[in-house]
Amino acid sequence: MKTTWLDTLGAWLLGLLWFLPLAYTVWAAFHPSAYATRFDLTAPLTLDNFVAAWNAAPFAHYFLNTFMLVTMVLAAQFVLCTLAAYAFARFEFRGKDFMFMLVLLQLMIMPDVLIVENYREMSWLGVNDTIFAVGLPYFASAFGIFLLRQTFKTVPRELEEVARVEGAGPWTILMRIYVPLARPIYVAYGLVSVSYHWNNFLWPLIITKSVTTRPITVGLQVFAASDQGIDWSIITAATLLSAAPLLVAFLLFQRQFVQSFMRAGIR
Amino acid sequence: MNAVYGWLLLLPAMVLLIAFTHYPALSTLWHSFFSTPRGARPARFVGMDNYAAMIDDPVFWEALWNNLYFALGTIPLSILLALIMALWVNGKLHGRGFLRMAYFTPTVLPMVAVANIWLFFYTPQYGLLDQIGQFLGFPAVNWLGNRDTVLPAIMAVTVWKEAGFFMIFYLAALQQMSPSVREAALLEGASRWQYFWRILLPLLMPTTLFVLINALINAFRVVDQIVVMTGGGPDNASMLLLFYIYQAGFRFWDSAYAATLTVVLLVILGITALVNFNWLDRKTHYQ
Repeated sequence: MKTTWLDTLGAWLLGLLWFLPLAYTVWAAFHPSAYATRFDLTAPLTLDNFVAAWNAAPFAHYFLNTFMLVTMVLAAQFVLCTLAAYAFARFEFRGKDFMFMLVLLQLMIMPDVLIVENYREMSWLGVNDTIFAVGLPYFASAFGIFLLRQTFKTVPRELEEVARVEGAGPWTILMRIYVPLARPIYVAYGLVSVSYHWNNFLWPLIITKSVTTRPITVGLQVFAASDQGIDWSIITAATLLSAAPLLVAFLLFQRQFVQSFMRAGIR
Repeated sequence: MNAVYGWLLLLPAMVLLIAFTHYPALSTLWHSFFSTPRGARPARFVGMDNYAAMIDDPVFWEALWNNLYFALGTIPLSILLALIMALWVNGKLHGRGFLRMAYFTPTVLPMVAVANIWLFFYTPQYGLLDQIGQFLGFPAVNWLGNRDTVLPAIMAVTVWKEAGFFMIFYLAALQQMSPSVREAALLEGASRWQYFWRILLPLLMPTTLFVLINALINAFRVVDQIVVMTGGGPDNASMLLLFYIYQAGFRFWDSAYAATLTVVLLVILGITALVNFNWLDRKTHYQ
């Protein structure tokens, strides 16, 4: 569409409005607390807030927990979703459509809302308060299965026929043809999944209760909620800290992020 | 042979899906007919008692209405903003890269972090909003401590975080659209508004529907903001369904009542699911 100066003005006003909260957070985090709400360009820059936050709570451990969580979930999702998507895309068996319906159901009813029963199950399994339990309900992802199935379906059958004539079995065909061809989709799904689980909050809040298992989101909340004479500069620093790895990755690979979310979205 | 292979490939994912989605959904329903086991007293069958208690519970109704109000307040606005953002970012504006980043960045931040930042903005007197207000001569407002302003305040945070996410779907749809559609319309002498209302909007309908369903599901799963910012207060004015479930299940340890509330949430999500299935069916014909 042709754009006028009015579009440019509106777009920029909205853009600044959207950007302001973040810019302000950066301001508060990098200045002494006396300047938290005083805007003075000569205000001294400082890293003290970050140091104070880092020393006040075991953030290093929380980061490690989150890192282990997202890695574990992603690995499990890749394997499980690939296998299931391959079955749905290229195999014929009784009850396939019904099974696919059951999978799609999880798109609407996610484990997020079944907290009470999942907590009961984890207690029964004896894995309460472990990183494994935080990730377990998300290992089989309907979204991942659906996304990969749609992708696998677009792979020409002829490729598979050729490989079969040369004596390749279903496993070889999957690993040599389908998986490599779907690589962009794996990247897209991976980014969506990592940002989802990096940011996930309620389930980890319920299922973890120690420093060695809590992910960063829960750690941040425990830190911010503990009444230590609320110093907003330190809390904003901690907030930035918790989002920093994802934020930096996003700013560096912005185009890929947006394209990946788009790719994941149009299917 | 083929069938056996298919089932074997499917098995691991299916087992986990059923274990953590379908089975808990059914067991929620089952447990909603029993009392909460306490100490030496085991759970016993109570029929519809939990549901009767729920219908008599004013907090439940408040949570339900708040949730509907929340959905109505956030979804249309988020979708409208998302569409406008996408049109702008898709056009040839100056600083398109910055704008796309500004719109989308809130999406990658954790809601807990976002809620903490906004908590600071809303702090009475000391917070950013009141500082600006005082500068302009407005009286201080306790945004999160007032029954009338608490939900709108949380809605603003949600819209800020969600609009950029929905923008992506519109952007994807716009970029897939052939430029010849626009050229043809303009050649026929359509004005900008006509093109938007008569051609663009109808063509974007499937995207709008998809975004709408996602937004609906999200609106009934909102909880992070509430935990961080208000705890459901003041006086239950910001109580939402999932937070109430969390409170019943993990603050008051009344798992039977939490199960009963979850059934309501599942019914709501189920209705959304039905609509979605009908639509997905239609959509798959194109593929």
